[in-house]
Amino acid sequence: MPAILKNRRIRSNGFQLAFVGSILLMIVVFVTTAQTNLAAQGLTSGFGFLQQSTGWRISFSLFEYSTSSPYWHAILVGVLNSLFLGAITLPVATILGIAVGVMRTSGNGMAELIGASFVEIFRNIPLILQLLFWYTLLLALPSPREATQLFGGVVFTGRGVYVPGLNVTAGSVFLSALILLSAFGAAIILRSKRWSQIDGPYPIRERRLLIAVAVVAAVVAMWLGRIPETSLVSIPVQKGLNFKEGIRISPELMACVIAISIYGAAYIAEIVRAGFNAVPKGQSEAGHALGLTGWQIFSRVRLPLAIRIVMPTLINQFVWLFKATTVGIAISFTDFFMVVSTAINQSGQTLELIGILMGGFLIINYSIAWVLNRVNDAIKLKGTQLRI
Amino acid sequence: MTMTAETAPATVHMQEPDLLQRIKAKYFATRIDAIVSVAFGALALWIIWSLLNWAVFDATFGANRGDVCREDLHGGACWSVVSTRWRIVLFGLYPFEEQWRSGLASLVMLGVAVLSCIPWFWSTRRLPILWLTGFAIFYVLMRGGWFGLVEVTEQNWGGLSLTVFIFAAVSILGMPLAIVFALLRRSDLPWISKTMALIIDTIRSLPLLSIMFTFAIVMPFVLPDWAIGGKLYRVIVGYALFFACYQAEIIRGGMQALPVGQEEAAKALGLKCRHRIGYIVLPQAFRNALPPTINQFVITFKETSLVTIIGFFDVMASGRAASGTADWNFAVIEMYVFVGLIFFVFVFSLSRYGAYLERRLDTGRR
Repeated sequence: MPAILKNRRIRSNGFQLAFVGSILLMIVVFVTTAQTNLAAQGLTSGFGFLQQSTGWRISFSLFEYSTSSPYWHAILVGVLNSLFLGAITLPVATILGIAVGVMRTSGNGMAELIGASFVEIFRNIPLILQLLFWYTLLLALPSPREATQLFGGVVFTGRGVYVPGLNVTAGSVFLSALILLSAFGAAIILRSKRWSQIDGPYPIRERRLLIAVAVVAAVVAMWLGRIPETSLVSIPVQKGLNFKEGIRISPELMACVIAISIYGAAYIAEIVRAGFNAVPKGQSEAGHALGLTGWQIFSRVRLPLAIRIVMPTLINQFVWLFKATTVGIAISFTDFFMVVSTAINQSGQTLELIGILMGGFLIINYSIAWVLNRVNDAIKLKGTQLRI
Repeated sequence: MTMTAETAPATVHMQEPDLLQRIKAKYFATRIDAIVSVAFGALALWIIWSLLNWAVFDATFGANRGDVCREDLHGGACWSVVSTRWRIVLFGLYPFEEQWRSGLASLVMLGVAVLSCIPWFWSTRRLPILWLTGFAIFYVLMRGGWFGLVEVTEQNWGGLSLTVFIFAAVSILGMPLAIVFALLRRSDLPWISKTMALIIDTIRSLPLLSIMFTFAIVMPFVLPDWAIGGKLYRVIVGYALFFACYQAEIIRGGMQALPVGQEEAAKALGLKCRHRIGYIVLPQAFRNALPPTINQFVITFKETSLVTIIGFFDVMASGRAASGTADWNFAVIEMYVFVGLIFFVFVFSLSRYGAYLERRLDTGRR
């Protein structure tokens, strides 16, 4: 070996250079091959195609979309659909998961048995299989002509579930959702203040006032956004072969919500159970000693402590669950991934679209993790409060 | 003798409450407990009863034709779809006369998986040899072309054997890759560790489906012609990369849990870098990381089912195809239940084994 290769610094720098260089080389090969392939197909690279109209339909969209809409509209529809699905499934899965986790640690034999069966059944079968299962069941519901309307006008049919809705514009719904969300965010920040100034005034009244004002503002925003010359509440009514009015929840969305929520809940239940088991026994014994009731010990001592313990794990689980929503493509739920793959088939702008897909997921996942980490920072136990 | 016979029952009685008392303590400790138990018990009974009604009492077993089964239906299941079409689920489009090979190959891999649960095989030499031999036998049996076996190309593979193939290939390819990734990420050289961290974090925040899709559809577009390979192998490489990124973090976690003294002692003894890693760091890191590693294998096996979206004929897709003909299209749910049971058996036993191992290792450490 020549002496120069024995020098530790030169060798390590050489390794680094070779490693980073080979990765860069790979990227260069990818890009140049892609460009020659593009040229062979007569396509030009770049993001100009985003302005062209798509020419294909999307079955479920949160805003106006037609076949003449440009590509970036379609992609936006996909992103919003993914976020919409995530915004429904994550809370549902959390609530269901906490419920099952509580059942598994309740000390009641029957509840533990049912909770354990739930977890083992739904955690050990692939999500896509569960999704297709629920989808098949939902499609097998009676046709709109044979379906019976339940209380409040809710009706389950093979073409979707119809629920009563409000005749308001989409913009006002969005606005009120925004108001509520920011109010809750502010409330959480106020709450975290409480810990930093432990001897300062307890801001519970301000928080209640804030939430109340936000709820009123949200209702007003909805009221102002009424569609004129219609009644405020629209209830589904049977007309011919189908139902009109109300809101139709498509079987695809419904199946995605059911399958992903249940699958996620089975995992979250296990995390929550671990959290409850990690709460020191002394905490609930201290609660007993203070004369708290069983419910008070659960809701004021054990649950808050357990949630704080498992919050970091839960955040990972939420990101993972959001990624799992891409499985909706199996039943043609038009989420971000499905829109991008259709766009690749139709436009041939493979690299750009894959770039958008990856960039989109990176941004969304990092945002979820960032927001939840802020929540975690705000509510987590400081110092040595749990060492008992 | 008489002494023990007299004293034994008394002590047993003191320590262990009889069945009735145990049931009372577990299900009817307080009044609320009793209510909860009865309510949940009724719910469970109702669910079990309706499931039994559907799956057993009202079900049709004998009919071997779809239209017969459909007429016999009293709202119950039609299991004939499984008894007549199970071969498609297990073997896909594999030629009928050669299906014993496909079955045997899957059994070999199953044997490998069972054997690798035995601690005797847990060494850096035995485990790779076991898996590589098993995989080679699997491949020769499936592919043929040697030893007088008729050649069957990958296009005709399907069903459970394809799922097993993808899982085994991903594990064999992904595990060494994961070790390399973990070591690179932990490297002292800043550029190497930072680049590796970037790659791992990026891939981990992407959905598996998009990685598979990229490797199946997009890769031929950006790779030079000689490197394209078959679609199945590209998807396997993509999945292995995804697996490696998750597994690398698990191994790294196991390494971080090691006391620094271990590696320092190895250095002081004058062990070379590869010996330090091979004999000191990795074995202990794997021991620390065993439960999450098994969990990762469980998830990997379950998520092989995603290849059906990319257009492969794995056990999931063949289950749908088996009930996809006009003859049987009313019996989709039965087929899903069958495929679900196949997955459940594998995944449940593996995760139970993981839980057992976790308990065993935990007691060993204390």
